[in-house]
Amino acid sequence: MNGLALRLRRRLVVAMLVLTALLLVAGLAAGSEGWSLPSLWGPDAALIVGQIRAPRTLGAWLVGVLLGLAGAVAQGLFRNPLADPYLLGAASGATLAVVLGLAAQALAGHYISLGTADLLSRAGLVLGAFVGALGGVLLTLLLSRGAQHTTRLLLAGVVVGVVLGAASDLVTTVAPDALRGKQWFMLGSTSFLGWDSVLLLGAGALVCVPLAWRLARALDALTLGIDSALSLGLDLSKLRLVLVVVLALATGLAVAQSGLIAFVGLVAPHLVRRFAPSAQGYLLVVSALMGGTLLLAADVLARLLIAPQELPVGVLTALLGGGYLLWLLHRRGIE
Amino acid sequence: MTMHTLLKQVLAMALLAATGLAATAAPLTLKDDRGRTLTLAAPPQRVISLLPSLTESVCALGGCARLVGTDRYSNSPAEVLALPKLGGIDDAQVERIVALKPDVVLAATSARIIERLEQLGVHVVVVESKTHADVQRSLATIAQLLGTPERAAPVWARIQREMAEAAARVPARVRGQRVYFEVDASPYAAGSSSFIGETLTRLGLGNIVTPELGPFPKLNPEYVLKAQPDMLIGAQRNVAEMPARPGWAALRAVQGGRSCGFDPASYEVLIRPGPRMGEAALQLAGCVAGLPEPR
Repeated sequence: MNGLALRLRRRLVVAMLVLTALLLVAGLAAGSEGWSLPSLWGPDAALIVGQIRAPRTLGAWLVGVLLGLAGAVAQGLFRNPLADPYLLGAASGATLAVVLGLAAQALAGHYISLGTADLLSRAGLVLGAFVGALGGVLLTLLLSRGAQHTTRLLLAGVVVGVVLGAASDLVTTVAPDALRGKQWFMLGSTSFLGWDSVLLLGAGALVCVPLAWRLARALDALTLGIDSALSLGLDLSKLRLVLVVVLALATGLAVAQSGLIAFVGLVAPHLVRRFAPSAQGYLLVVSALMGGTLLLAADVLARLLIAPQELPVGVLTALLGGGYLLWLLHRRGIE
Repeated sequence: MTMHTLLKQVLAMALLAATGLAATAAPLTLKDDRGRTLTLAAPPQRVISLLPSLTESVCALGGCARLVGTDRYSNSPAEVLALPKLGGIDDAQVERIVALKPDVVLAATSARIIERLEQLGVHVVVVESKTHADVQRSLATIAQLLGTPERAAPVWARIQREMAEAAARVPARVRGQRVYFEVDASPYAAGSSSFIGETLTRLGLGNIVTPELGPFPKLNPEYVLKAQPDMLIGAQRNVAEMPARPGWAALRAVQGGRSCGFDPASYEVLIRPGPRMGEAALQLAGCVAGLPEPR
C-alpha cells in the first residue's frame, strides 16, 4: 500500500468526522424559523432542542449511516456500482406494510377482517414498515432459494419489488385515502425521529457496522471473482447470506424510521471510492460515515431552505445525489 | 381617557375573564374516534387542526379564536388564513407544532405525526369524518372538546335546514336522474355510500355508482359510458375536458350540455365533509336546477 493512498484515506475520514461534528451542531441550531441559536438557551430548550432537534439530527445521521453501509454492502455483494439498499425487496415490502396500515380503517370489514385491521393500526406504521422490509427480503431469499447465486438473487429482488409494488398500488386503488401517506413515505422524512428511534437506529448501527467489517474479506474475495474466492477457501454462500441479513437489517431499520430516502445508499460508496479507492473493509465503514454526513447535511438544508416550511429531505437527497452522479458521468465522458 | 373609564374597562375585563374561567374550568373527558379516552384539566384554549374540515368545524362551533395553527390546506373561514401553516397531515412540522404549545391537536386517520406528538406529550384527538353521520358525530366531539357541547346541535340543525332547502330547490323533472360525480380524472367517482353520494340522495338524485362499489371507487371509463348518466358533476377543469375523452362525446349528458363544473373554490366546498355540507347541497341544487331538459 503506498503512502499517498493511505494519507488520502486518513484525510477523508478526518474530514468527514469534522464535517459531521459541525453538522450535528448545525442540526441543533437549525429550527423551523431558520437559524435560532439563542433558542438553545431559551426556556423551551429542553423540549425543542432536547426532545425534537437533538434526536432528529442524530437520527438523520444514523439513518444515513445505515443506508450508506447497506449501499456499500449491496454494491460489493452484486459487484455492481448501481446496486442500492432497496434492491432486495425491502423498499416495496415496507411500502406495502405502510399502505396497509394507512388503509386499514378503509379496508376493515370489506377486504380484511376487523381483527387484522385492528392489529395493523396497533402495530403502528414504524413496526409495520420494519416487518414489511424484512418480509420483502425474506420473500426474495425464498424465491432465489438462498443467496448462492447473485444473479438469481437480483432477479428475485426485482420480481418481489414489482409484485409487492403492484400490491400496494392495488390497495391504494381500493383505498385512495392512503395515496398521500404512501407518497410521503416514498419521499422519506427525518422529521418524526425521536429518542426511541435513535436508540433503535444506534443499536442497529452497532450491530451492522462491525458485522459488515468482519465480512469485508469475503467481499474483497468476491471482487476478484468467484473462482478466486473459492480458491481462498471461503464458504461463499454462507457469507453471502449473512451479508444479505446485514443489508436487510440496516435497510429495514432505516426505512422503518424515515421512509424511502433516495440516493444516499447509492451515492455514499461512490463518493468514498472516488476520493479514496480502497479495500472493502475501509469502503464499508467509511461509506457508512459518508452516508451519515450526506443525510445529516440534507436534513439541515431541508429545514433551512424554505423555513418556516420544510422541504422533504428525500427530494434534496435525490436532487443532490442525482446531480452528483450526472456530474460523475459527465467527467468520465470527458476523461 | 379618564381614570374612571379606565377602571371600568379593567373591571369589565376582569369580570369577563372570571366568568370565562368559571365556564371552562371543569375537567373534561372525551373519547376520540380511535376509542382513546382523553382527560384535560380544562377545555383547550390553544387548538391546532391538521385537516381543513376539522378547521371549519372548530370555527363553525365558535372556537375559531382558539385556533393557533392549521395544516397548509385549511383556507376557510377567512380568519384561519392568517394562522401559521404547519404542513400537511403527512409532513406536519413537529417542531413548529410543539413550539406553539397547543392544548390539543385535531387530526384524522393514522399518520406518523400522531405517534410522534403523543410521545412529546401533546394531546391528539383523532376525528374521522367520512359520512354525514360522521360529520354529526365529529361536530359533537369537537363541541364537547371545546367545552361548549350545546353548540353542536344548532350547527347540525343548520346543515339539515340547508339540505332540506336545497332538496326543495331541485325541480321535480330532475328528481331521480342519475349523476356521475367525478372526484378525480383517473377516473375516481363519488359512490352513493360516500358523503357526496348521501348529499345527492338527499337532493333526490340517483347515482350511477352503486353502494357495493364503495365510497370512492376507481372506475373504468367504459362504466360511465355504459351507465349513460343523466348529468355530470365535477371540478370545472375535469368537466371541461370530458367531451374530449375517447368515446365520451357519445354521452347524452355531454351532448345535451347537462354538466356542472365547479370552480376550485366552490368545488372545495363540495368535497369537504364538514359544516359547509349544507352550502354544498345548495350549490349542487342551484346548478342542477338550471340544467337543460333532456331531449
